[in-house]
Amino acid sequence: MLELDKALLAIYAGLKTWFISSGIPVIWLDLLVMIFAGIVLIAVLALTALFLVWWERKISAHIQDRLGPMRTGPHGVLQTLADGLKLLQKEDIIPSKADRKVFFWAPVIAFVAAFMAYIVIPFGKGLMARDLNIGIVYVLAITTFTVISLLMAGWASNNKYALLGGMRSAAQIVSYEVPLTLSVLGAVMLAGTMSLNEIVEAQGPYFWRWYWLPQLLGFAIYFVAATAEVNRTPFDLPEAEQELVAGFNVEYSGMKFAMFFLAEFVNMFTVSAVATTLFLGGWQPPIPGLAFIPSWVWFLSKTLFLVFVLMWFRWTYPRLRVDQLMDFAWKFLLPLAFINIFLTGLGVYIFK
Amino acid sequence: MDRVLNNTELRDEEFLINMGPQHPSTHGVLRLVLKMEGEFIRDLVPHVGYLHRSIEKIAENRTYNQFMPYTDRIDYCASMPSNQAWAVAIEKLAGIEVPEKAEYLRVIMTELNRIASHLIYLGVMSLDLGAVTPFLYTFREREWILDLFEMTCGQRLTYHYIRIGGVSRDIPPEFGKSLKAFVADFRKKLDDYEAILTENPIFLGRTKNVGVLPLDVAKDCGASGPTIRGSNFAWDIRKAEPYSVYPKLNFTIPTGKVGDVWDRYIVRIQEMRQSCNLAEQALDGLPESDVIRAKLPAVLKPPAGEVFSRIEAPRGEMGYYVVSTGDKKPYRVKIRTASYGNLQVLAPISIGWKIGDLVAIFGSLDVILPEVDR
Repeated sequence: MLELDKALLAIYAGLKTWFISSGIPVIWLDLLVMIFAGIVLIAVLALTALFLVWWERKISAHIQDRLGPMRTGPHGVLQTLADGLKLLQKEDIIPSKADRKVFFWAPVIAFVAAFMAYIVIPFGKGLMARDLNIGIVYVLAITTFTVISLLMAGWASNNKYALLGGMRSAAQIVSYEVPLTLSVLGAVMLAGTMSLNEIVEAQGPYFWRWYWLPQLLGFAIYFVAATAEVNRTPFDLPEAEQELVAGFNVEYSGMKFAMFFLAEFVNMFTVSAVATTLFLGGWQPPIPGLAFIPSWVWFLSKTLFLVFVLMWFRWTYPRLRVDQLMDFAWKFLLPLAFINIFLTGLGVYIFK
Repeated sequence: MDRVLNNTELRDEEFLINMGPQHPSTHGVLRLVLKMEGEFIRDLVPHVGYLHRSIEKIAENRTYNQFMPYTDRIDYCASMPSNQAWAVAIEKLAGIEVPEKAEYLRVIMTELNRIASHLIYLGVMSLDLGAVTPFLYTFREREWILDLFEMTCGQRLTYHYIRIGGVSRDIPPEFGKSLKAFVADFRKKLDDYEAILTENPIFLGRTKNVGVLPLDVAKDCGASGPTIRGSNFAWDIRKAEPYSVYPKLNFTIPTGKVGDVWDRYIVRIQEMRQSCNLAEQALDGLPESDVIRAKLPAVLKPPAGEVFSRIEAPRGEMGYYVVSTGDKKPYRVKIRTASYGNLQVLAPISIGWKIGDLVAIFGSLDVILPEVDR
């Protein structure tokens, strides 16, 4: 088993001594590390997104008694790559009456915002690009960027279906942002910090001490609200195919469509990663005896499990209606989130 | 702030949306012109005719037997009842006696086709509500029915099996066993569908009390089949004007209570169970005989006169009005299809609902466009 974090630290230490001995300021090394971390993140996430697309197709296929992609590579693992290449070759159509600039920037913003969240996610022990002390606030702020891109796409397409989809997504994401943020507060109160890495460390390597147990309600609220945040069934109204054809991305084709598509899968991974970090002990093993398995394996397996649950939802449930969606957020999840904060505060006051 | 609020360019207005003819949930080529206020539907005009093939005019230029394959194409999800409706009309016109075994075979085939057609409804309806998986399940079961048809007549979609005076061929020896196996398996599968949908809170939220169809509206528009039965009105041609051997068979007519989307759904689910019973009963009652088709003259020339006869197709009443002048071709044919009447109710019951509900309501009516346009 590869102790990735230790190896990286050793390489960093070695380079640092070499830099010092050669007389180059260490700041250059830090810059180099930053660029390296960025490239690694983008590469890993692009691969993750490709994998998730394939995985979703396989899961949906098996739930539906089918085989799914089987021809490209063993069990169709290269299917997404082939699809991506096809999308890359396709003509990039911009509708003649579209707002060209906004139309161009919408998928870019969606894509970039989806990736920026990963700067603060601890993939393993010491394996994070930047340990911000307000990490969770940063993640919440960045993920909300998606709504701007969807709104831009809906507006710039100059298409009524796209506009309806954009408006729906704006209303939905803004509404679900409130219970989402409030549900996160419970974990923050328990850990007493907003840094994601410190929240993970505060949970320790015992699965019964992770925050899913004391924060059961918060975890449930977070997961439901997160499903809505990433526009997954039963909350996939912005792109309700049977109602709005494809919603906000109806006019997009080629690589721009692919960017929206990949951003959606990256976002799905983000919310699962945050849920893992806050409620499932992040990279911690469930019992200390299992610590010999690298921390990033634990993180990935927990996150992928949550992603699987999201996919499971999607292929099982019908879709809610707009007003039912709003009722659910404001009349049910929001009061519950407040109750959760109150109970958590009470618990922290009594037991600490 | 005042400047923004008083800005006359910021205003809300109703806007028109053209839903179809190319749209994922208009079940073919229906075009709906919607006047929307945000998500709400303020007005709705269905435009039909994109699939018009002038089948009624073609009938005037074909002999009675030659027209039979065209009836397959009227309702391609339920070709057997379309065949039967034409056969029954001409038999009535020409006074042809159908052998009893043929009548039993017709019941088996049309009831199986009713299940197949309702399965398409079930899959597409759940797809319209955003649940993709039941769609695949229902097509898996439909496949078995199509295999049974293929075993019998070699066709999987346009059967041309029921002919004037009887049916085209007898069932093969292994058919009975396969049918029994299918029915036994399908009853369990129906329970599975119900587990996925019937009590699912999201499904209930989307269908209960949505698109309530009052009985008087249904009657005024000429709705029939499960659409009108959902509104608590036990109207079924198999009971009201019995034809074939239905009087000898034991079945009930399921009805809904208020006429919402959910009632139309549950009526069809129960009808599938009834159809299973009917197909089994007909198989058990099948007479030992080799005669499956009445002796007909080489050129069928019914006596001059006119006839209207109707049967219960999966979507409702299907009737043929035929005028004969004693020639080998009909003088005039008018086809009464269920979907046309059922589509009429869409506008009155959808106005005021949201666009997501419109999709659910339209799905629940189970309209098939080739039947509307003909």
